Amino acid sequence: MGEAHGLKRRDLFKLGLAAAAAGTLPGGAAASVPKVATKARIVIAGAGAAGLAAASRLAARLDGARITVLDKRKQHFYQPGFTLIAAGLKPREYTVSANADYLPRGVDWVQEAVAEFDPEGKKVVTESGEAIPYDYLIVATGLSLDYGAIAGMSRELIGKDGICSAYAGPDAAMGTWHCISRFADEGGVGVFTRPNTEMKCAGAPLKHTFITEDHLRRRGNRSKAEILYAANNKALFSVPIVSEKVRMLFEDRGIRTAYEHVLTAIDPGRKLATFTTPGGPVEIKYDLINVIPPMRAPQAVRNSPLPWTAGPFTADGWVEVDPATLRHRRYPDVFAVGDVAGVPKGKTAASIKWQVPVAVDHIAAAIAGTTSSSAYDGYTSCPLITRLGRAMLVEFDYRNNLTPSFPHVVAPLEELWVTWVMKTIALKPTYLAMLRGLA
Amino acid sequence: MKELDPLVFLAVLHEMMGALLWLLAGLAVLSLATFAAVLLRERSVSSARLIRSEVVGVLGGFGALVLMAYVTVSGFTDAGGPIDWLLIAVIWGLGAAGTAIAAYAAQGLAVWLRQIRRPAGLAARRERTA
Ligand SMILES: Cc1cc2nc3c(=O)[nH]c(=O)nc-3n(C[C@H](O)[C@H](O)[C@H](O)COP(=O)(O)OP(=O)(O)OC[C@H]3O[C@@H](n4cnc5c(N)ncnc54)[C@H](O)[C@@H]3O)c2cc1C
Repeated sequence: MGEAHGLKRRDLFKLGLAAAAAGTLPGGAAASVPKVATKARIVIAGAGAAGLAAASRLAARLDGARITVLDKRKQHFYQPGFTLIAAGLKPREYTVSANADYLPRGVDWVQEAVAEFDPEGKKVVTESGEAIPYDYLIVATGLSLDYGAIAGMSRELIGKDGICSAYAGPDAAMGTWHCISRFADEGGVGVFTRPNTEMKCAGAPLKHTFITEDHLRRRGNRSKAEILYAANNKALFSVPIVSEKVRMLFEDRGIRTAYEHVLTAIDPGRKLATFTTPGGPVEIKYDLINVIPPMRAPQAVRNSPLPWTAGPFTADGWVEVDPATLRHRRYPDVFAVGDVAGVPKGKTAASIKWQVPVAVDHIAAAIAGTTSSSAYDGYTSCPLITRLGRAMLVEFDYRNNLTPSFPHVVAPLEELWVTWVMKTIALKPTYLAMLRGLA
Repeated sequence: MKELDPLVFLAVLHEMMGALLWLLAGLAVLSLATFAAVLLRERSVSSARLIRSEVVGVLGGFGALVLMAYVTVSGFTDAGGPIDWLLIAVIWGLGAAGTAIAAYAAQGLAVWLRQIRRPAGLAARRERTA
C-alpha cells in the first residue's frame, strides 16, 4: 500500500479524527470521472451496506440509467455497532436508521425481497411475483444467520439464561449486553464460539471474548470466572500472523482455547453445549455462551443458478464471482458485492468500501463499451477490540498480507487507544458517508 | 490503497458532527478573525491578557481531553503506545490553542466595545449639558 505512505507526513490531528475515514473504510469519491450517458436498467438486490453504496455510486456515475433497489426491510442497521451495544457502551438506537435516508434521488426502491434470480432470462422476480428485467444486476443481499442449524437454539433465546448473540440485531445485541453484565457480576464458565462457515466480521467473536474478560476484571470478579474460546478449526483467526498475536493475548488474559470445536447443539435448560470435535462430540457446561450461528447466502440466492458449483463456497451458496472484479464468472452482467460474494475474504463493511467502486467501474465500462482495470485485492479490516479502550487495527488482503493504512504510525498488531478512537467515533460516520457514495 | 481525499475527510466529519461541524468551523473562523482584528487594532500584544488567555488555554486543553474521553467512552489511561501519547498531546494542544486564541480575542473585543461605547456616552452627556 505504497500510496498510503504519504499519510505519515500528514498532521496527526487528521489522523486522530479521520483515521477510519482513510483507513478502515477508505477510498476517494468518484466525482471527477465524467458521467456515462445510458438508458441501462440496473437492479440492485439488497439495500444494506453494499446495496446502498452501489446505488449511490451508480447514480453519481451514470446519467439516465434506471436504477432499482429491492429490499423488504425499511430499517437500516449499522451492524459494526452491535459489538458496542453488546459491550454496554452504546444504546440500541446507535445502530438503527432508515434505508430511505440513504437512497439517492432518482433511484427506485421496490420494497420487496427478491424471491427468484433468473440470470438466463435477465430478470429478478419479487415475492409478490413481479418480474423486473435488468441489463445489469448487483447481488447485495448480505447473508443469512442460520440459528436453526444449532439444535436447541433459536433467536428468541438470545438474552436469556446466559445465551448471547449480538449478530441477530440491535435487540439481540442489547440482550447480549445484559447477559455479559450479569456474568461479569456473578462469574462462572463463559464459552465463546464461532461457526464453521464463512462469517461476517470474523474478529467479532474474539472482540466479545476480550470485552467480557475486561468487564470481569474491572468489576473485580475475574477470579470467579473461567473463559473458554472454542475455535472452529486449528486457528484463532484466518490470517496466521493475527492468529498468533491473538493466541498470545489470550494467554496473557488467561483465556483458555479449544481448537476444532464446532457448536452443534445447546440445551438451555441444563446450560449444556455440544460440540463436534475430531475426537467425537464433547459436552461443555456453561453459565454464559456466545452463540455465533453458521452463515450462508440467503435462500433466494442459494436456490438460484448464481452460487459456486464447485469448491469451498458451494455448500453455503456464495455467489460465483471473480475475486478481483466481483463479476459473475458465468453471467457477465451480474456482480456480487458485500457478504454474499463468494470470495475468500471481505465479509466486512470496510471491504465493501473497496468492492463497490470496483464493481461500479466495471459496469460503467461495460456500458461505455470500454474495459476497466479496477481490481479488489481482498482488503478486509477489523478493529479488533482487545479490551475496553484499546483495539488493534487489523487490515489484510486475500494473500494474508497485512495492509496497514497508516504504516509506521498505527501498528496493526499493537493494542492502541487511537484504534479504539477510530472504532468508537470515526467508523460509523465513515460507514454512513460510504452509503451516500461519499467515502 | 487510494489517497486520503480531503472531500472524503470532510464528508466523514460532516457525518460525524452534522450541523455542529459548521458551528465549530464558524466559531474557529470568528475567533481567529477577531484575534487578528484585535492584534491589528492594538498593534501590540497585551501581556496581562496573554497570561490570562494561556491559563484559559491550559484548562481548554484538558477540556478537549475530557470531551474526547467522553465521546470515545475511554480515557487517556488507555494509551497503549507512542502514537496514543502523541494523539493525546495533539488533542490537548488543539484544545489549548483554540481556547487561548478565543479567550484573547474575547478579552480584546471586550475592551474594544467598551471604548466604542464610552466616547458615544460622553458625547451624549455633553449634548444634555449644553
Ligand atoms: C456483530 C457484527 C460486528 C461487525 N463488525 C464489523 C466491523 O467492526 N467492521 C466492519 O467493517 N464490518 C463489521 N461487520 C460486518 C458488516 O456489518 C457487514 O459486512 C456488512 O453490513 C455487509 O453488508 P451487506 O450489504 O453485504 O449486507 P447487509 O448490510 O446485511 O444488507 C443486506 C440487505 O439485503 C437484504 N436482503 C436479504 N435478502 C434479500 C432478498 N432476497 N432480496 C432483497 N433484499 C434482500 C436485507 O434485508 C439487507 O437489508 C460486523 C457485523 C456484525 C453482525
